[in-house]
Amino acid sequence: MNRKYTRFTAAILGAGLTAVTALAVGDKIVIDGSTTVGPIAKAFAEYYMGKNPSVNISVSESGSGNGAKSLVNNACDVATMSRPMKAKEKKAAEGAGILPVEHIVAMDGIAVIVHPSNPVADLTVDKLRAIYTGTVKNWKELGGPDADIVVISRDTNSGTYETFETLVMKKEKMAGKTEYVGSNGASRQRVTTTPAAIAYVGLAFTEGVKAITVDQVVANHETVLNGKYVLARPLYMYTNGRVSDTTHVGRFLNLYRTAEGRRMIEDVGYVPLKN
Amino acid sequence: MPDSRILNVSRDLVLSRRASQIQRLTSLLGRSFLFMVTSVSVLAVLFIIIFITRDAFPFFQIRGFREFFTSTHWFPSGNPPEFGALSIITGSALVAMGAAIVAVPLGVLAAVCLSDVLPFSLRQVAKPIIEILAAIPSVAYGFFALVIFAPALQEHGGIILTVCLWMLALPAALLAATVISDLVVAGIPTSRRPAMRGICWLTLVGGALFALVQGSGHLLDLTISSGTNALNVSIILGIMALPTVVSVSEDALQAVGRDLREGSYALGATRAETLVKTIIPAAASGIAAASILGIMRAVGETMVVWMASGNAAQIPTPWYNLLQPVRTLTATIAGDMGEADHVLGSARYHVLFAMALSLLLFSFGSNFVSEHIGRKFRSRQAGG
Repeated sequence: MNRKYTRFTAAILGAGLTAVTALAVGDKIVIDGSTTVGPIAKAFAEYYMGKNPSVNISVSESGSGNGAKSLVNNACDVATMSRPMKAKEKKAAEGAGILPVEHIVAMDGIAVIVHPSNPVADLTVDKLRAIYTGTVKNWKELGGPDADIVVISRDTNSGTYETFETLVMKKEKMAGKTEYVGSNGASRQRVTTTPAAIAYVGLAFTEGVKAITVDQVVANHETVLNGKYVLARPLYMYTNGRVSDTTHVGRFLNLYRTAEGRRMIEDVGYVPLKN
Repeated sequence: MPDSRILNVSRDLVLSRRASQIQRLTSLLGRSFLFMVTSVSVLAVLFIIIFITRDAFPFFQIRGFREFFTSTHWFPSGNPPEFGALSIITGSALVAMGAAIVAVPLGVLAAVCLSDVLPFSLRQVAKPIIEILAAIPSVAYGFFALVIFAPALQEHGGIILTVCLWMLALPAALLAATVISDLVVAGIPTSRRPAMRGICWLTLVGGALFALVQGSGHLLDLTISSGTNALNVSIILGIMALPTVVSVSEDALQAVGRDLREGSYALGATRAETLVKTIIPAAASGIAAASILGIMRAVGETMVVWMASGNAAQIPTPWYNLLQPVRTLTATIAGDMGEADHVLGSARYHVLFAMALSLLLFSFGSNFVSEHIGRKFRSRQAGG
């Protein structure tokens, strides 16, 4: 009697579990990778799940490298990356029978901002690096007033920091006197109130401060998209093989082309691609 | 009727075997429940220690002790990463010291004022108001420090510092001059005392004023390039620590008791003499414990320092230069946690626990010292 009952329960449980797993597998999208692209993926996921309540999307931000690894191990459907996949990673994918397909979903541009009263209007990337490594200490050396430069950086957690470090610092380390703040808004706040400050922010955060040109190029959507502005880089999503537009993954990925998706990309501080 | 009532009562007093068993059981249940509830907080402390130590240990296994305590290079996301926390530990210490300089004199003076100077009715109003300081959320302090105080320091730093200097140093100088001239004239004949005291007082105050004017001249010339610095957070943390210092020192001053005060008055001492020579020395250990508690409050504070200390991992040059940005242990733990949890098990993750452990040890040390001082204080009170 007892044993029969146990068997019966086990059977029901087993059937239930199988059904649930089948459902879950069908409608689950796993996304892993860059902390920079993470906000886009999260905004898309929220939007997509709102439209399709049966779909479950999980977004992890473990870094671009881990995203690539995940894709190679078939542990995610979409790998978000703030750099293109390296040859080594592509080779590993080939070995594992995975065909990584690249999609550029948006551009990431960084504006360099100073106080509106600061006469300095242009800096080269080398000068910028010199300011952040502490070799250039006074605005006087750059044609500005005689004031010690207050160097402000984003905290090392942020994607903006990561981008700046890649594009400007080139493996050199920031000076000890560099001040770290926790958000783009805080960077801008510090610069609006500090005449001798310099900081870098996402393109959406230049109101009320002076965005200087880098290598004589103004930072705006156009220069970021046409590649003239140097402090910019594409943001990627990788999938295994071409995905059909009829699948959830395909429809999710194509959001970046829609008006709604472009608005979301702008909301999280990046530059949507031209249609 | 009365007989039956008596009978009823006696029946309730003498319990049946079963009833007494039930009663013993419920009492046991009640006691064990209360014991469990109490244990929760004790266990919480124990588990915090165990888990922090467990997660801090791998860091020292991976990187050793030397770099953490002796290097000032803090580049946890660099390639290769560097985990020198010396400048961060110094930053915490510097900010705590600054906060103590603000909170201890102000807090102790306020406590003296509350317990011995203000009339009772005013005191009833003033104390709750000071205690409100503790109820303001720390993020509000941080916001004030970042948005209002930091720009003010940048624009009017010299003036603010000069005003502070005069406000603090002038009363201190007057007090010191009075006490010193009193001591100087103690040895000479009574008839010449008032004249000598006057001369001595005037010279001392004149000297102090001259020094103050000189000092403020230097301060007025000062420009503060960045308002988010150690001075900013020291002042804010000092204000945040005030209620602790005031409350605990006031309790200590109150505990001194009426007999000592009246004894002192009976010997002809003035109120100032009673305060300075009798009451404050008698409450000294309580005041010391209050100061330590206040400093612990400042060291443990996170939000304000993360928002307004500048978070620059450097030792200011010279080391006591409070006008430069610094980074503290608490702010580093809060700021780097987000990144670190992605790479579980790495040095970057464990280094934060090593920092938490340092904070915990400091906290324990301070707590121990303050307990010890407090105990001495109480036993002296008991012994008279």
